[in-house]
Amino acid sequence: MSGRSRILRWAIPLAVVPVLVLLAYGFRTDPRDIPSPLLGRPASPFKLTAFDGKPVALESLRGQVVVVNFWASWCYPACYEEAPSLERAWKTYKDRGLMMVGVNFQDKDEPARRFLTQFGHTFPNAPDPAGRVSVDYGVYGVPETYFIDRKGRVRFKQVGPVSDQMLKDQIERLLAEEA
Amino acid sequence: MRGLAAVVMLAVLVMATPAAAAPVSEDTVHEVASQLRCVVCQSLSVADSPSETAHQMKDIIRERLAAGESPEQVRAYFVEKYGTWILLSPPRQGFNLLVWVVPFAALGLGLVLVLIVVRRWSRRPAVPEAPPLDPAMRARIRREMAEREP
Repeated sequence: MSGRSRILRWAIPLAVVPVLVLLAYGFRTDPRDIPSPLLGRPASPFKLTAFDGKPVALESLRGQVVVVNFWASWCYPACYEEAPSLERAWKTYKDRGLMMVGVNFQDKDEPARRFLTQFGHTFPNAPDPAGRVSVDYGVYGVPETYFIDRKGRVRFKQVGPVSDQMLKDQIERLLAEEA
Repeated sequence: MRGLAAVVMLAVLVMATPAAAAPVSEDTVHEVASQLRCVVCQSLSVADSPSETAHQMKDIIRERLAAGESPEQVRAYFVEKYGTWILLSPPRQGFNLLVWVVPFAALGLGLVLVLIVVRRWSRRPAVPEAPPLDPAMRARIRREMAEREP
């Protein structure tokens, strides 16, 4: 057999290798795990009306650390898992310069209210009926949580449920910073 | 008389309200929407998705176009919020260029490979030539065939 045809005989099976590597890489990465371009940038201002009828506006919260949580009553189990942690963090840090805002994403009024009652949320929660705020924050789905520093910049984004530890770490880090 | 006043009022209202803003062509809305990825779907454009989120994104596109933004500016708004991930065709620069170049390069390479293989096959003689028949054998075949005929 000539040298050239020996190379060709090997070239065809070898051509499969890059394809396999690409597939292995593709199947191991989460297509939803996309870095937000908003990190480090000023958070989009918003004005919403909470379920209790009170206005919620981001501008009025400057100087505070703000946690914005996007959730929905149909988002089971992730939103149900993180709900108690959010309320716990709110109770712990609300007197130390934290503001927490829940934004209800693609939901119906009645089940959303039932969700809030179920978890006894005491921080402001508002529906986003036209989806403007969700798009302004680049929300893909729920739950997603944004941590905004005292200067009004988005500093961290969590896709998926938050835990007590994560809330503590992020909130304390941002609270420690100067306004 | 009152009826006429009402008609005049209505006419004034109709002329005064949205006519002030340039009407947005649904074609333009569709064009922009078809280039954006529906964020809650798998591989669907905003134009093709029936989801609530896609509807809202279409409303945002329409609203921004009505406010005088160009389709390019509307796209840029979504890229600013979601990154280039939101675009269904990745921009032709940097690492993304690979997506545009590799398929054509692979196609070209494949064609060259096929060409080489086909040429090699066509150069090889199809059937090995039969050894020449010696005259004695030829005579014998003729004779035996003649004998078999009735």
